[in-house]
Amino acid sequence: MAHDDGSLDDGRSFVPSTGLAVVVPDAPTAPALPPHRERVTDKDPAKMRSAVRTVYTWFYLSVAGSIWAIAAYMLFPIEDGRWSSIAENNMFIGIGSAFALLAIGIGAIHWSKAVMSDVEHVEHRHPTRGKDATRELAIEAFSDANEDSGFGRRTMIRNSLFAALIAFPLPGIVLFRGLAPHGVDPVELLEHTMWKEGMRLVKDPTGTPIRAADVTIGSAVHVIPEALTELSHHDGYLDEKAKAIVLVMRLRPEDLIQAPDKVDWSYDGIVAYSKVCTHVGCPVALYEQHTHHLLCPCHQSQFDVKNHAAVIFGPAARPLPQLPITVDADGYLVARSDFQEPVGPSFWERH
Amino acid sequence: MATQKHRPKTSAKAPRTGRHSPWAAAALIGIGLLVTGGAYAGAMAATAAAGTAETSVATSLTTEDGKKLFQANCATCHGMDLQGTENGPNLIGVGAMSVDFQVGTGRMPLQAQGPQAPSKPVQFTDAQITAMADWVQSVSPGPGMPDERYLDGQGDAGRGAELFRINCAMCHNVGGAGGALTEGKYAPALEGVLPQHIYAAMATGPQNMPVFNEMYLTPEDKRDIISALMWSYDNGTPGGYTLGGIGPVSEGLFIWIFGIGGLVAVSVWITAKSN
Repeated sequence: MAHDDGSLDDGRSFVPSTGLAVVVPDAPTAPALPPHRERVTDKDPAKMRSAVRTVYTWFYLSVAGSIWAIAAYMLFPIEDGRWSSIAENNMFIGIGSAFALLAIGIGAIHWSKAVMSDVEHVEHRHPTRGKDATRELAIEAFSDANEDSGFGRRTMIRNSLFAALIAFPLPGIVLFRGLAPHGVDPVELLEHTMWKEGMRLVKDPTGTPIRAADVTIGSAVHVIPEALTELSHHDGYLDEKAKAIVLVMRLRPEDLIQAPDKVDWSYDGIVAYSKVCTHVGCPVALYEQHTHHLLCPCHQSQFDVKNHAAVIFGPAARPLPQLPITVDADGYLVARSDFQEPVGPSFWERH
Repeated sequence: MATQKHRPKTSAKAPRTGRHSPWAAAALIGIGLLVTGGAYAGAMAATAAAGTAETSVATSLTTEDGKKLFQANCATCHGMDLQGTENGPNLIGVGAMSVDFQVGTGRMPLQAQGPQAPSKPVQFTDAQITAMADWVQSVSPGPGMPDERYLDGQGDAGRGAELFRINCAMCHNVGGAGGALTEGKYAPALEGVLPQHIYAAMATGPQNMPVFNEMYLTPEDKRDIISALMWSYDNGTPGGYTLGGIGPVSEGLFIWIFGIGGLVAVSVWITAKSN
């Protein structure tokens, strides 16, 4: 600053009061800098020449690395489309470029350490506080500007500017509305899936209906609702699939522990459970056919399929919702209804 | 006589020539390596010869031999007539495919009761396994060996990979690296597993693996899945080393140890004073 002559110690620095501190006659003093130690390159011209050689060798090696990267681009074409070609192309170009950059770094560091002067300098810090005159001038500059612009005087203009600045970020907040579903109640969407009475259970991804007789004991079948196969991606295929995925398993009927009100939800040992974990919604499909445990791979929640998918381990809050199923006249598995409770993790209206 | 005469001469010489030629040590090491390597190669050849001899003898095994092998090696747990005991399940209707899988991957004979029978070195020759499988199949028929054409790995690998991701990847990992299940059980890695064993695992659902029967995954579907696995193992990964392909744990560990370790080393070098 023009008003600051840059002198170091002019009494501007804050000097703390000694207060009640005990003044010790033999208080330790900050040690001075150790004496300068000459490097071998300072003493021995041959060593210096050698260090210089090392530095420029690194820089030339860097050039070689870059040239290699260019050559690798031509030597390892990816036109045949094979994975291995792409892998080689990436790897050799990458090795060349990475080495080129690394060599520049090593050369530069070695240059500064071994060749450049390493004599220690002391640069004292300037006091943080400005001179009183400087501070007064700064305040004067502000008040002059306020006077000239009328910022403090013309309150209509000032307040309208504040209003404009506050209003500016509002559109960004409003745009978040676009992320939420339109025209429907989000809670309604979370509570229902596309399963409904009479809808066939079909294989994922082919859409082939499943005959109850074809699901043998110990089987685990990955299932989607039949109506989903007619949905395109533009009509929310993934949104619907994410809610409606189901795992069908067949156990020995005598192994199943069935609540009285859910006896007709399964068919001859065939049970269907939502594949969406009630913890945070990972697909639960790690089925063990002898223990009848379903394991969620994300946080190790375990569900006991033979006992209405009760949580037997892990952070899941609720059992997996069961899809009531039966067979139609042709022997194919169909849903009796939608899930009787919302699938997946908790939300505000469901805990 | 002449040697006796020379002997004192050499011993007198010895202190003077206490230092051997610099090549002596290298020559000694070379000779040692040659001898060890030769002996090892000889031993290997002998073992290999013994192995082939055994196989050539065993190729003429009959179903009756299979019965004897079964009763000698399996009946303790599975019963003399496949009826099972309290230590092992009955094998009624398991079929030849299941026997070939369980014995051919070394899971049976079981080493110890535990959460899961691990894959071990195979205890029988192919011919012995076939003989046992034939006998089990003859006593109580079940799924037989799959047709060779489903095991050729020439199916639609793209379709197979989709089926793999839907039906298998949640336990066996999307790259087939395997993964943990509950209480000490695990889904094994699939690299190097023979196509007939992959087929059998899907068709029979060994241990806690669910069954993927012929109505759910048709033989053609299974062929595609096998093709996808074989294709991916033949072609490797485009991303270089997989570090086991088990995801962020091994990769994170690698970058913590070698990445951050390297940065620490470089930082030390940068800040160290030059000599």
